[in-house]
Amino acid sequence: MLRLLKRRLIAFPIVLFGMSLMTFALTHLVPGDPARLLAGPHASAAQVAELRHQYGFDQSLPAQYATYMGDLAHGDLGMSITTRRPVTEDIAQFFPATIELTVAALLLVALIGLPLGLAAGLLKGRMPDHLIRLLSISAVSMPVFWLGIVLQIIFYEKLAILPASGRIGELSIPPAHVTGFYVLDSLFAGDFAAFGSALAHLVLPAFTLAAGSLAVITRMTRASVVETSEADHLRAARAKGLSNGLVIRRHVVRNALLPVTTVFGLQVGTLLAGSILTEVVFSWPGIGLYAVNAISNLDYTAIMGVTLLISAIYLAVNLVTDLLYLLLDPRIADAQEAMA
Amino acid sequence: MSTVAPGGGALAAPETLLNEDRDDGRNRLQVLRRLASNPLSLAGMVVLALFVIMAVAAPLIAPDDPTAFNGAAKFTAPGASHLLGTDDAGRDILSRIIYGSRYSLTAAVGILAFAATAGTAVGLVAGYVGGWVDEVLMRVTDMFLAFPALVLAMAAAAALGPSLFNAVVATAIVWWPWYARLVRGQVLQLKNEPFVAAARVAGARPGRIILRHVLRNCTTPIIVQMSLDVGYAILTMASLSFVGLGAQPPTPEWGSMISVGRDFYLNQWWYATFPGLAIFLVVMAANLVGDGLQEALAPRRAL
Repeated sequence: MLRLLKRRLIAFPIVLFGMSLMTFALTHLVPGDPARLLAGPHASAAQVAELRHQYGFDQSLPAQYATYMGDLAHGDLGMSITTRRPVTEDIAQFFPATIELTVAALLLVALIGLPLGLAAGLLKGRMPDHLIRLLSISAVSMPVFWLGIVLQIIFYEKLAILPASGRIGELSIPPAHVTGFYVLDSLFAGDFAAFGSALAHLVLPAFTLAAGSLAVITRMTRASVVETSEADHLRAARAKGLSNGLVIRRHVVRNALLPVTTVFGLQVGTLLAGSILTEVVFSWPGIGLYAVNAISNLDYTAIMGVTLLISAIYLAVNLVTDLLYLLLDPRIADAQEAMA
Repeated sequence: MSTVAPGGGALAAPETLLNEDRDDGRNRLQVLRRLASNPLSLAGMVVLALFVIMAVAAPLIAPDDPTAFNGAAKFTAPGASHLLGTDDAGRDILSRIIYGSRYSLTAAVGILAFAATAGTAVGLVAGYVGGWVDEVLMRVTDMFLAFPALVLAMAAAAALGPSLFNAVVATAIVWWPWYARLVRGQVLQLKNEPFVAAARVAGARPGRIILRHVLRNCTTPIIVQMSLDVGYAILTMASLSFVGLGAQPPTPEWGSMISVGRDFYLNQWWYATFPGLAIFLVVMAANLVGDGLQEALAPRRAL
């Protein structure tokens, strides 16, 4: 188990390095000329050349990569040509909104997905099980962005009970920055009107983002519950006269949730990627919206920064998930070690 | 591999006898029957077939020209004249959806064909050759898998420049590692099967062993994986088009129709709703068929 742990930890920085190389290669093999774009349509050739030199576009690719990595080591992701600010500054400004949205979605996934999966597993083969299965297949078959638009049409345009875009209403003043989460910060500030507005603005985007992962977790939980309920020790527990409720609480839920909790880690990547589409639909000012704007402006430094950030988080979460898995279930470690 | 000698072709007959794992026609029919006996999979197959017919026969079915500008009919609500309404240029949305199925289905087939071919080639080589070649190929594969798929696809599509073809290439770039991993695992298992060893001893060349004995026995898992991936390929394409990286607006592609229609959701709800409904239906149908196929071919693995 220790050997496996060591392998994972050593692989982490190597994969991270490979990621930076790949992202760099992708964003620098493009045919467009960022200096020309930056200079605008009326710039002279000399001005374009000047900019090209200033941003280092005239150097060789390995030299550009070396410079990039050197800057990265100092926490510098380069200048965005869209906002004309350091990318790190942009990310610091937009990222809290994305985290708030992702965390809210993760909460929804846990609060709805686990009970649904448990119910489906316990009622296997009965009507609620079929219904839940159909719902979860539907949820993974929907484009995230389309679900968002349909929810906007229903809850904003037709029913007029929820806001459709932004993080907070126009009448509320964004709360002072503490955590960067409007929902929490408005509470800290004691501004309950702002809190209500921020929460209302969060509902539709969070649900939209959560839907796909919700379905995955529901199906996983169901499968895990079904598998657990058929185990021998459960038959033994029932045979010795434990009540059904007690068997479910003490044996089924505990054993079934163990593998499911670790699947959450994998969903973080899905949620972060999905947040890009969700943010576009709901004009949610996070890094997803920032990235899409960067894409339409061929702003490589920004695209690269966001790609690296999301991928690094994904990698780190997966590492932590793997380690948790090893700690929680030593059998897995043994099996993997035998295979390696 | 040191046992390989030239002239293995002469000994082809005994190899074929030993190759017991192969699908034959009867087997395939059985799978189809099992697939059709599941009502959800059957429904999925029917819907999928309808979309394929729609794509092939689009000019015969579509009531209108999908790209002709018609200012007078702008924003007509769904009704008798236009079943699903019209868009901001007065184009019939139903006709655009019908033509749109061509882009989505071809793109999905293109992505999967490209990804499965490239991934299979890498997986075969890595698994069969082994050693440092395997190590290098698998580390490269891991690198690709370390990214969240959609994020890497977006970065790749952005780098290649926005077009439907580039979006297909970008998505395939993200997808092949899954097939490489799958095929490599299969090859490692098959490599030690008696019939492969027998072929080797009989003197078959490595190329022949790989193609005839190993690859042929990998086809079932590859097909199952492809059927499970069709839906996600369509969703990914639509997502890229939605953020402006796939098909460009006048094209009747579903994702880009939603992208434009989104601006009009306040008064023209049908504009973005119906193309999305088409995506939802076809992806759901594909997923149901994929699930059913997996269950029919590998009942133990299905959840």
